[in-house]
Amino acid sequence: MYTFSKKLKTVSIALMIIGALGVVYGFMTSHKSFDEVETMLAEEASHHGGGHGEDVAHAAPSHDEHTSEDAHTEGGHADTVDEHTKHVEHVQHQIANRPWSAVYVAAFFFFMIALGVLAFYAIQFAAQAGWSPVLFRVMEGITAYVLPGALIVLAIAVASHFLGHNSIFVWMNENMTNPEHQDYDKLVAGKSSFLNLPWFIIRGLIFIAGWSLYRHFARKFSIAQDNADVNDNSNFKKSFRIAAGFLVFYIYTESMMSWDWIMSVDPHWFSTLFGWYVFASMFVSGITVIALITMYLKSKDLLPFVNDSHLHDLAKFMFAISIFWTYLWFSQFMLIWYSNIPEEVTYFVTRFADYKLPFLGMVVMNFVFPLLVLMNSDYKRIPWFVVMAGIVILCGHYIDVFNMIMPATVGDRWFIGIPEIGAIMLFAGLFIFIVFTALTKAPLLAKGNPFIKESEHFHY
Amino acid sequence: MEASKVIHAIYTDDDVLMSAVKKVKSEKHHIEEIYTPFPVHGLDKAMGLEPTRIAIASFIYGCIGLTVAIVMMNFIMIEDWPQNIGGKPSFSYLENMPAFVPIMFELTVFFAAHLMVITFYLRSRMWPFKKAENPDPRTTDDHFLMEIAVHGNEQELESLLKETGAVEVNLVDKEEAH
Repeated sequence: MYTFSKKLKTVSIALMIIGALGVVYGFMTSHKSFDEVETMLAEEASHHGGGHGEDVAHAAPSHDEHTSEDAHTEGGHADTVDEHTKHVEHVQHQIANRPWSAVYVAAFFFFMIALGVLAFYAIQFAAQAGWSPVLFRVMEGITAYVLPGALIVLAIAVASHFLGHNSIFVWMNENMTNPEHQDYDKLVAGKSSFLNLPWFIIRGLIFIAGWSLYRHFARKFSIAQDNADVNDNSNFKKSFRIAAGFLVFYIYTESMMSWDWIMSVDPHWFSTLFGWYVFASMFVSGITVIALITMYLKSKDLLPFVNDSHLHDLAKFMFAISIFWTYLWFSQFMLIWYSNIPEEVTYFVTRFADYKLPFLGMVVMNFVFPLLVLMNSDYKRIPWFVVMAGIVILCGHYIDVFNMIMPATVGDRWFIGIPEIGAIMLFAGLFIFIVFTALTKAPLLAKGNPFIKESEHFHY
Repeated sequence: MEASKVIHAIYTDDDVLMSAVKKVKSEKHHIEEIYTPFPVHGLDKAMGLEPTRIAIASFIYGCIGLTVAIVMMNFIMIEDWPQNIGGKPSFSYLENMPAFVPIMFELTVFFAAHLMVITFYLRSRMWPFKKAENPDPRTTDDHFLMEIAVHGNEQELESLLKETGAVEVNLVDKEEAH
């Protein structure tokens, strides 16, 4: 049995405390008064020379909040003073949105790692894989975070409506569907039968219930299989059946979850392969975390049955799914870039205008780096090499989520500063705490699995 | 042309073959060649063969393919005959680059795959209509054959191979064709 080492527990709790302080600091400093924002903008303008800052901010804000303004401007011949006030208020909102988005991005990132691992785990069972059973307990430990992680993400989304001012999802503003109100938005109103708060919450709870039920029973059967007779594989068969069922449920709900929890931050924009794209991101992050935790436990001599070949296979998956992610990222980008339809291309225009470094840097971190580092077969067996590649991949996929949320909520007011890093530390601490606590609950070898011998002797 | 004697040991299972290879190697006999109906993982390592360099060749071929694609598309679509397709920038390679990525990808794969196969054929001295070197046609079905050179130690080898689970051990004359 694994015991959660005191040192690691201290680290995780310290991360949570320091992270929470960073998050609180982020919220406390995010409420700027109108005058403060006005002064700040004026200073920026003078730094850049002659009102340039204001022009840029006007050219590339989140288009959703602007649609109603644009309509208003056309109808009402708003004068420049009114326009200035609107702009300052807009920036004020963006600044207030930042801590919400920072917490949301970090919460989603750690949740998606756990969900990606859950899918990977189910695939191992559905495919009756022979190489991976020695890693099952590590995967089960990570998937313990699915339930708390998903509930936290949903809770932040809902809280952003009730406690914040629709700080993440503009469509949660009821006035957008009210034709009488100045915030009325025809497109959001058209989607309101799907995008409305009660239905959003119900859908979220259905997804979470389905994932958690699978995780609960898969874990239960896995433990029961350990204690069962050698010739009794009934628990394994049950796990196989629910894994197949879960994968069907998962691929639908994962796709819908990514529309709900991510794509709807830009309620005017849509992409049909968005679900796949998010899936690739969560899959590669999940596999990377399996590899990292496996190597950590192995370095403590807790996984003597894991050999180089298991690491090699995990690294192959990291390599392959990184390329798969790039394929989807590029497919989404190229079609939209080529067709150049205004309602679609605005998504990438914002990112190129305000997020050039994270947007292109992420492609380097998620594609070029793993491609070159993990291409050589021998390097996939060297732990420190895989750790290095894994850390870069995880940072890259954090930035991927960052790029999906931030442009819609904070526009060009982004920075990876105290609120963002604090949120990462908070959820990293929570993730480590929950995952390693779950690892202590069962032996680290799923000894009852019928493929365990094959897995122990796995060699390539 | 000198005729030398070799022993052909036949196995019916790849796991048995693997352990036999390890046994034979540990007794310091030189295995000339092994014929198998399908690739056996780890056999090359067990036989002590040098690691293959085809991966390096493949990487170089891929780079050549990528370069060819870039130069080709730059010449065709930018320099020689710029075309306005969907209003995309047609006078700048860099700005039009996303449109060329599929071609870059395809030519990289094309060059790597085809040149790698050709390299493999050249390196293995294979060409169309070449007479098969395979000593026993059963190795294309469900048998594994290990070929060991004999230097006056037939008895010792034969008993060793029988011990490792060979179903058949034959002493044959081999013509030095190459």
